[in-house]
Amino acid sequence: MRAVQQVIDGLAAGSIYGALALALVLAHRATGVVNFAQGQMAVVSTFFAWSLVQAGLGVIPAVAVTVAASLLFGATVERVAMRRFERESPMIAIVATVGLLLLLNGLSSLIWGYELKAFPPTFSSATLRAGGAVVSITALGTFLVLVAAVLVLYALMMRTRLGLALRAVADNPDSSALSGLPVGHLLMVGWGLAAGLGAIAGCLVAPKLYLDPNMLAGVLVYALAAAVLGGFDSPLGAVVAAWIIGVSENLAATYIDFIGNDLRISVPLLLTVLVLLLRPQGLFGRREVVRV
Amino acid sequence: MSPGGLLELSGVVAGYHRSQVLHGVDLEVAAGGVTALLGANGAGKTTTLRAISGMVWRRGTLRFGGRDISRLRPDQVARLGIAHVPQGRGTLARLSTAENLLVGAVRRRDRSAVLADLHRCYDLFPPLAQRRDALAGSLSGGEQQMLAIGRAIMSGPRLLLLDEPSLGLAPQVTQRMFEVLRQLRAERGLAMLLVEQSVGVALDLADTAVVLETGRITLHGPAAELAGMDEVRRAYLGS
Repeated sequence: MRAVQQVIDGLAAGSIYGALALALVLAHRATGVVNFAQGQMAVVSTFFAWSLVQAGLGVIPAVAVTVAASLLFGATVERVAMRRFERESPMIAIVATVGLLLLLNGLSSLIWGYELKAFPPTFSSATLRAGGAVVSITALGTFLVLVAAVLVLYALMMRTRLGLALRAVADNPDSSALSGLPVGHLLMVGWGLAAGLGAIAGCLVAPKLYLDPNMLAGVLVYALAAAVLGGFDSPLGAVVAAWIIGVSENLAATYIDFIGNDLRISVPLLLTVLVLLLRPQGLFGRREVVRV
Repeated sequence: MSPGGLLELSGVVAGYHRSQVLHGVDLEVAAGGVTALLGANGAGKTTTLRAISGMVWRRGTLRFGGRDISRLRPDQVARLGIAHVPQGRGTLARLSTAENLLVGAVRRRDRSAVLADLHRCYDLFPPLAQRRDALAGSLSGGEQQMLAIGRAIMSGPRLLLLDEPSLGLAPQVTQRMFEVLRQLRAERGLAMLLVEQSVGVALDLADTAVVLETGRITLHGPAAELAGMDEVRRAYLGS
C-alpha cells in the first residue's frame, strides 16, 4: 500500500513539473528557443493572480483573468525583450532568457517582496480515500488540468492553421516569411500561449509551495529535465516524462536507503542522463534526419 | 523598358549591412512572362531576388502590379502574390512533406481551391505524393526542390522567383523540373524571374533575359537573341 501511495504522490508532483515542462515545450515548438525565464514569468503571473485575490476576486475568476493577462504579458515580453535576440544564434537567445529570468526575479521581489504568501487553493482541499491510498482533490485536479492542457495543445499544434504556422516559424523563420507568414506576430502568439500555460502551472503549484519570487526555481530544474527526457518537441513526451520523474524520485527516496530525502533530486537527473545516452532525441522526440 | 510589366525594377540599389551589392538594376517581368537573370557568381543575382522579397535593404523603384513594394517586409511581399523559392530550398525540415505544402497555403481561405492545388502538386511531382507523411528534412535534394516549388505554387502566386532551382540536381531531374515550370506557366499564366546556372535550359524557358555584372545590368533583350550572342555563348554556354 505504501508503494501505491508513493506512486500517487509521485504523479501529483510530476503533474506540477509537467505543467511547466509543457510551457517550455510550447515555447520551444513555437519559437525555437528554450526559455529559461518561463518559470519566472509564471511566478509573475501567479503574483498577479494573488493580487487579484487580495483585491477581492474569487480564485477561479482571478486565475482566468491572470491567464488572459499572461497571454498579453508573454507577447509583450517577446516583442520588447526578445525580438532583438532572435535573429542571433540560439545561444544568444538562450542567454537572453537567463537575463530575463534575473530581471523578472528582481522585479517581482521589488513589487511583491520576499515574504512567503499563502495562495488560496484552486480546488477543494479535501481528500479522497480509495483502498487505503489517499488522493487530494488538488492533486487530482492538477492531474486532470494537465491532461486537458496536453490534449488542447496537441489539437492546437497539429490540427489548426495557427499551429501549423507556429511550427513553421519555429522551424525556419526566414523561409516561413517567404510563404507570407507574419513571423513577428506568430512569435508573439507563441510566447503568449506559453506564458498563459505557465500561469496555469504557477497558480496550481502556489497553494502547495507558498508564493515567493523563487517559488519555481526548483520546479524549473525538474521541468527542464522532463522536457529533455520527453523530447523537446513532444508535449505528450514532456508530461509523461514529468510523471516518470515524479514517481521515480518518490520511489527511490522511499526504498533506496542511501538516497532518502537529501539525494532525491539527483534521481530524475541521473535517469535523464541515462536515457539521453541511449536515445538522444528523448523518449518521444523524433530523430532528425537532415540531408543537405 | 516598356511600362506596364508585372514586376518593374528601376535604379535598384541593395545590399547587406554596409556592403552594397546592387548598383542600379533595371529589369522587368511581363505578366505571364519569364525573365532569365544571368551573371557570374557574385554578380548580385541572389541579392536581386532578395531585394524584391525585402530580405535585404534596398532603395530605388520596385513595383509589383503597379504597386510600390520597396518598403514591404518579406511576408507582405509574399502575400501580394510573389513566391520566392530561395537557394537552398528553405525546407521546413521538421514538418512533413504535406505540411510544408500546406504552409504555402496557410493564408488562403478558399479551402477547395487549396485542396485542388495540393492534388495538382502531387500530380506534377509524384515523389512528393509517395512521401507526403515523411519529414521534409529526410527528402532527397531533388525532392526538396520539388517541395520548394510546390510550396510556392500552393500560395497561389502571380510571380515565381526561382533561385538556382537546378543546383545540385541530376540532369534528368532538372529537365523534369523545367517541364513542370513550363506547364505551370502555360496553365496558370504564372510569371517567373529565373536565376539559373544551366543557362541553356533557362534561355529555353525564358522570353527575355538580362545579364548582371557586378551589380549592374549590362545586357538585356529577347532570350533567343541573347542565346545567339557570342559574348553570352562564350561566358555562359561554354561554346
